[in-house]
Amino acid sequence: MNAAQREQLQRSWADRPGLVGWLTTVDHKRVARRYIVTAFVFFLMAGVLALLMRAQLAYPNLRLIGPDRYNQMFSLHGSAMMFLFAVPIMEAVAVYLVPLMLGTRNIAFPRLNAFSYWVYLFGGIMIFAAFVLDVGPEAGWTGYVPLSSSDFSPGKRTDFWAQMITFTEVAGLCVAVELVATIMTQRAPGMTLARMPLFVWSMLVTSLMVIFAMPSVMLASTFLITDRLVGTQFYNAAEGGDPLLWQHLFWFFGHPEVYIIFMPALGMISSIVETFARRPIFGYTPMVLALVATGFLAFGLWVHHMFAAGLPPLGNSFYTAASMLIAVPSGIQIFCWIATLATGRPRLAVPLLFVLGFFALFVLGGLSGVMLASVPLDLQVHDTYFVVAHFHYVLIGGALFPLLGAVYFWFPKIAGRLLSERLGRWQFWLLFAGFNLTFFPMHYLGLLGMPRRVYTYPHGLGWDAYNLMSSVGAYVIALSFVLMLVNIVRTLRRGDAAPDDPWQAPDLSCATASPPPAYNFAAVPAVSSRHPLWADADATPCAELPVLAGVRSDRREVLLTTPVDAAPANRWAMPDPSPWPLWSALALTVVFVWSIFDQWGVVWGAIPVAVAMTAWFWPKRSEPSLGGDA
Amino acid sequence: MTARAARTLSLLLLALPLAGCAVQGVQSSLQAAADQSRAIDQVWTLMLWVCSAIYVAVIAALAWAIWRRRRAVQREGRTRDPLLARALAAWVVLVVGLLSWFVAASFLADRRLHAGHADLEIRVTAKQWWWQVEYLSPQPDQQFSTANELRLPRDQTARIELLSGDVIHSFWVPALSGKEDLIPGYSNAVLLTPRRAGRYRGQCAEFCGLQHAQMALDVEVLDAAGFAAWRARQLAPAPAPSDAHALRGAQLFLGSACASCHAVRGTSAASRLGPDLTHLASRRALAAGALPMRREALRAWLADPQHAKPGNQMPQVPLDPRDRELLLDYLMGLR
Repeated sequence: MNAAQREQLQRSWADRPGLVGWLTTVDHKRVARRYIVTAFVFFLMAGVLALLMRAQLAYPNLRLIGPDRYNQMFSLHGSAMMFLFAVPIMEAVAVYLVPLMLGTRNIAFPRLNAFSYWVYLFGGIMIFAAFVLDVGPEAGWTGYVPLSSSDFSPGKRTDFWAQMITFTEVAGLCVAVELVATIMTQRAPGMTLARMPLFVWSMLVTSLMVIFAMPSVMLASTFLITDRLVGTQFYNAAEGGDPLLWQHLFWFFGHPEVYIIFMPALGMISSIVETFARRPIFGYTPMVLALVATGFLAFGLWVHHMFAAGLPPLGNSFYTAASMLIAVPSGIQIFCWIATLATGRPRLAVPLLFVLGFFALFVLGGLSGVMLASVPLDLQVHDTYFVVAHFHYVLIGGALFPLLGAVYFWFPKIAGRLLSERLGRWQFWLLFAGFNLTFFPMHYLGLLGMPRRVYTYPHGLGWDAYNLMSSVGAYVIALSFVLMLVNIVRTLRRGDAAPDDPWQAPDLSCATASPPPAYNFAAVPAVSSRHPLWADADATPCAELPVLAGVRSDRREVLLTTPVDAAPANRWAMPDPSPWPLWSALALTVVFVWSIFDQWGVVWGAIPVAVAMTAWFWPKRSEPSLGGDA
Repeated sequence: MTARAARTLSLLLLALPLAGCAVQGVQSSLQAAADQSRAIDQVWTLMLWVCSAIYVAVIAALAWAIWRRRRAVQREGRTRDPLLARALAAWVVLVVGLLSWFVAASFLADRRLHAGHADLEIRVTAKQWWWQVEYLSPQPDQQFSTANELRLPRDQTARIELLSGDVIHSFWVPALSGKEDLIPGYSNAVLLTPRRAGRYRGQCAEFCGLQHAQMALDVEVLDAAGFAAWRARQLAPAPAPSDAHALRGAQLFLGSACASCHAVRGTSAASRLGPDLTHLASRRALAAGALPMRREALRAWLADPQHAKPGNQMPQVPLDPRDRELLLDYLMGLR
């Protein structure tokens, strides 16, 4: 590949300069970067809510925050962490990395990708703006009816929540579809399914789960909004509806949801363990099967959120067995990672440190999850602080720790600069200590009878000391994130430049510059093993990566390969940058917000959406047809 | 350092059941006082120890994996993989075996929660944010109604029928049994067979709106004689006002907004919108545990019901302070 060709590639793939380029870009890396930053901003905002709640709970009978505001806070904290942080951040990391790991030049449906970001951004802003305007959600992130019905939640608070949740789920669905399409059709030639990095496998399973789970919550929230706005009676027992219908629909989504958050983390762990153990993952096939099994089992567990609802006991016991079964694939993966570390040559850099933290926390959270699967035990600890402790151990321990490991791991690739290891270690230990100080006592609080979602509690039930510990811990966690911000800002200003392959990782994302150019790869890499950048099982770096010629550089062309064997099949001209995804997202935002106040908003608001989408999909006369003409 | 943290963690985990004895929690699931809660407690003990052992083993394996002494030839590569594959199979068998044990133990304990013959029928209806408690009987004159308190005879099985008057709540007295939801349109039930006399506390466990935090249930387990005596007192109508002040207070009660929501048996006040006040002064708390049952607390409650429990459904009834004292005289006599 000569300099002239690179220049031509750069011209074909570059965005327009300035603000116009910023608003019209369809580059998966730019979109993913802003996705990641936005998700972290929402994370910090939801984290501040948690700090305020912990201040209110530091002592019994405090009156810092009243019940009305407190209930909005925990509802928004949960909703934002789940819908605006955890799911989007995982998808965002995948939007950045998956095309690089597959050796392709952009994500499939790049305009849809840009659209999904704008939808997500506007939806998130609306949710937080509503909270500031005292129209925040008030019925918990689970929004149980009839508490969230118009009789018990009058006003627009729940309408805003239900509509904006549905709205941001649209973004999640779009990304899932893009990822499945990318993974199935754009892998580097030779990268058969059995040679895909485990992170890509985890994102494939996650995306398929999103596609099956999200419609359930969209249906649930749409029923709710029509109950509230146009007088349907889906959930009203007095009119033949059923309040438990909401719980079934919500948890049919809600339980897979936690695996949707957790699965990408498993992929990140595999990438980190493999790289820092300096040997290929032990048990690649069992690992893949474990991911797929988790994906299936996750849809058969939802009733364990409803053991106290009085469903038939034998049915409940079935869900006990199903819920416990999911410990098997998790156990397999834990075993394989430990085996990989034991037979490799581990190097204790910060990303691996976060993964070790994951083991210490997630295994504990997983075991308390096994306890919660037991019907009788769940009846005691369900809806108490024990459950709060459990899901923070699995979500923070199981997903956030690997995610932070991934941030330290891939930051050099994304930003081109190396984060400080020293500050990274400080952050890790502060977070680890603060986390355990905050959440470990909560197990005990739950056993001592403290229900969750209470804005205050009386003195004399033995809860005071544990609550105070927990509140102090929350501020230690906050401090650890201040350190992380300091680390990032300092690195961006004057960090050491990162090499192409900062950690000697085995996957294709390290076969290009840090940060990668707009076209990702100058030539299409060809793959003949699971570790294209390693020459052997001892992680010896490859001398040279074979490439495939014949993909044009004078237009945005990518190579399409077959779904299983990744044999070259076609060449496809990717869409150019366009402002219409942005306009479509804006128009759709108007529809959703308008519909909260007037059902005719759906009708009139559809007109600008139709106009924007027509412009988006308007065929270009000059656009070459599919297939080869060269 | 992870090993040290892991050690501390596992020590903490093991210290928990011991520490549990130190706290005399009236709302603690670790102080099981009924057949049902004891059945659950056995599952808890089993799972706590087995899971703790697994946790320690996994963390120990991890520590060994990281810090084990590697052979002089630093590269073992994949030479040990066949051995590891056998170990993985053994691990899966172990995990499946333990999980099967847990499933069986859970199933058997769950059956014990539903087994038993009811000696006593009680209906609890949860409302935002208080508990209506009705002691049922085939004979209408043996029924009575109270609020926010539940008294049970020791060594007898009570069947508690659970209904909701508005949103979903959850009935939970940790010392006696696990929780069960009260759902509009559904009728659920729990069985309680208390074995130890004493006072316990229950609390709504399903988020039910503004005052979910202050929706407590005062529970007392009495011996048979004590329960019979309490029941007899509850069956009696409200005592007549004992002096002129209280009599004036009664007239105020019946003539003002109070009687449009509250019932006092033996008077013309019979509304069931708010808690039954027939034996109000014999209870230990006001407003579902928000305030202690004392004259000054009741005075503050009447003066501004929204202060102690903001958002609750009791309106502020305008009364001049002198009338309020008369009303207090009457209410404090409802023993």
